[in-house]
Amino acid sequence: MILAVLNFQTFSDAVGLGALYALMAVGIGLVFGVLRLVNFAYGQLIMAGAYTLAFTSTWPLLWSIVACFAVVVALSLLMDTVVFRPLRGQSPAVMLVTTFAIAFLLQAVALIVDLRDGTLGEVAPSLSYLNEPVTIFGAEVRKITLVSIAVAAVALLLLALLLTRTTIGLHTRAAAADFRTARLLGVRANRVIAFSVFLSGLLAAAVAVLMTVQLPLVSPDFALRDTIVVLVGVVVGGIDRLWSATLGGFAIGFVSGLINGLLPTDKTVYLPSAVFALVILVLLLRPAGLFVWGRRAAVERV
Amino acid sequence: MRRSLDTLVQLAGPVLLVVLVGLVSTTASPANQVYFLNALVAVAVVVSIYVFVGNSGVLSFGQISFVAVGAFAAGVMTVPLESKKGVLTTLFPVLRDHTIGNVPSLLLGAALGGLFAFLVGLPLMRLNGLAAGIATFAVLEITHNVLQQWTKIGPGATTLSLVPESTGPLQATLGALVVIAVAFAYQRSRLGRQLRATREDAAAAAGVGVRVHLQRLWAFTLSGALGGFAGGLLVHQLGSITTEQVYLELTFLTLAMLVIGGLTSLWGAVVGALAVSGLDSFLSQAENGVHVVGHRFDLPSGTRLVILATLMAIVLILRPSGLTGGRELALPRRRRS
Repeated sequence: MILAVLNFQTFSDAVGLGALYALMAVGIGLVFGVLRLVNFAYGQLIMAGAYTLAFTSTWPLLWSIVACFAVVVALSLLMDTVVFRPLRGQSPAVMLVTTFAIAFLLQAVALIVDLRDGTLGEVAPSLSYLNEPVTIFGAEVRKITLVSIAVAAVALLLLALLLTRTTIGLHTRAAAADFRTARLLGVRANRVIAFSVFLSGLLAAAVAVLMTVQLPLVSPDFALRDTIVVLVGVVVGGIDRLWSATLGGFAIGFVSGLINGLLPTDKTVYLPSAVFALVILVLLLRPAGLFVWGRRAAVERV
Repeated sequence: MRRSLDTLVQLAGPVLLVVLVGLVSTTASPANQVYFLNALVAVAVVVSIYVFVGNSGVLSFGQISFVAVGAFAAGVMTVPLESKKGVLTTLFPVLRDHTIGNVPSLLLGAALGGLFAFLVGLPLMRLNGLAAGIATFAVLEITHNVLQQWTKIGPGATTLSLVPESTGPLQATLGALVVIAVAFAYQRSRLGRQLRATREDAAAAAGVGVRVHLQRLWAFTLSGALGGFAGGLLVHQLGSITTEQVYLELTFLTLAMLVIGGLTSLWGAVVGALAVSGLDSFLSQAENGVHVVGHRFDLPSGTRLVILATLMAIVLILRPSGLTGGRELALPRRRRS
């Protein structure tokens, strides 16, 4: 029965959502790698980018996107300097709760900015033409799905090259594997951290551009739910390695996309319970991560 | 002698603070009293979270599940019979046709919260670190989803109203004191000390014979029971409640209170809850204009959340171990020469 309704459009939408979540997973995983910090405020970076797109929607498209990237990257670096740097080496609980506070703060600021015109929510319509369908192999696919997949593929490829083929990339990977030893061997802590935060900002901006196409109405809780889902996916996939975290992000996006497309809404009332029960099961069976194999998976991290 | 005095101070500090807030609340006008009651119920919730998170060092985002279960159990079972048959028609007959009193409803909340936590904890207490955080978060999501959809055990997605508002100054103060007393007795008990040893070094504690998972399970169960009890206090304070009120926002806010006060001490949990809810109340007053020592403060609306979040972040950045440094209250010591 499931196969009967599984059409190409549902499948491609699910891949598109997976691609978007994979980008967010990389952004969260990069910062976690060097700082051991789960950035709960990552969604608010995306939200800030979406508001920038909404407020600059009268500008030429290219400039609007440039503004979005500039704001998000600047905010990301500012967050690193003002918040992450003083917190280095603190317990994970303190770092995580501090990013809650930052997320609250950015949402509260966004609420004030948003309410200046008396109504809640702004519209970012510039790229909405990407919602039009195109026909591939006789099936209709929305352009944004193709764009999301392409952007994610290119971004991940570039990132892989950057991390494996350049000195700063090597330093970043070394720092992610063992921060103290890497520093002893001459890796500059501030540089690799700033580099990772910069990249994660770029990814957040890209996600903001892609996400506003499908959800042009921007409000202060924009991307909040998505961030929570991606965080779950990242931990389920295995947050200790960038690629397992990315796969986790993709998987949870793909699965939610498929389920949303396949089941009628009146059948999905208990779906969140089923999904989260599955999350618990995976965590119990593979606490280090679903996509982490080999020696590291066997060691229980105390 | 000195040691028993220390013990007394450790318990007396939180108790006196709570009693003080309770006494002040009786002098406040009905409009202002709600702020004090909020603070006292927050103390109960935060201390219930502290019993597990503070003593074990394992992060949990799921403790509000037990508050939710306690709140809805206590709420549904105390709606008066005559109104219940009209508004909660979809309930199981046994729930629909019976009503219990105020104190039994609090105990019911505690029992259900504890039972639920025990069942959830059986498999989950094997997890550590972020995996534990996400798994307990999954518990919160499932609890919220079921409470919101299953109309045979509660009001579903609609508001549960007509709950007797029995949490006045007396019940809020006594309730908070009960939670504090239980938490204090636990952390000084043999079980509590074993769990605190696993927090400092799980491998070493296991090496000297502490059964880490079992100790975590006891604390999780006790924390669930206290959470359910606090949920009962909450629903009797509000009089009406929706599932959204015992979900993400409350989880983040109460965790923030705990970390701001100091994660590893009972004193920290109490101070954090009172400080943050006090500040929140003051700021929401200030948005309507408030007089402090002869000066009039007028905050533009919306700035309350900005200031609250900024102060929270500043405290965490400047004092990562919390306002109390994660220590229990102690008298200043004379230095030994």
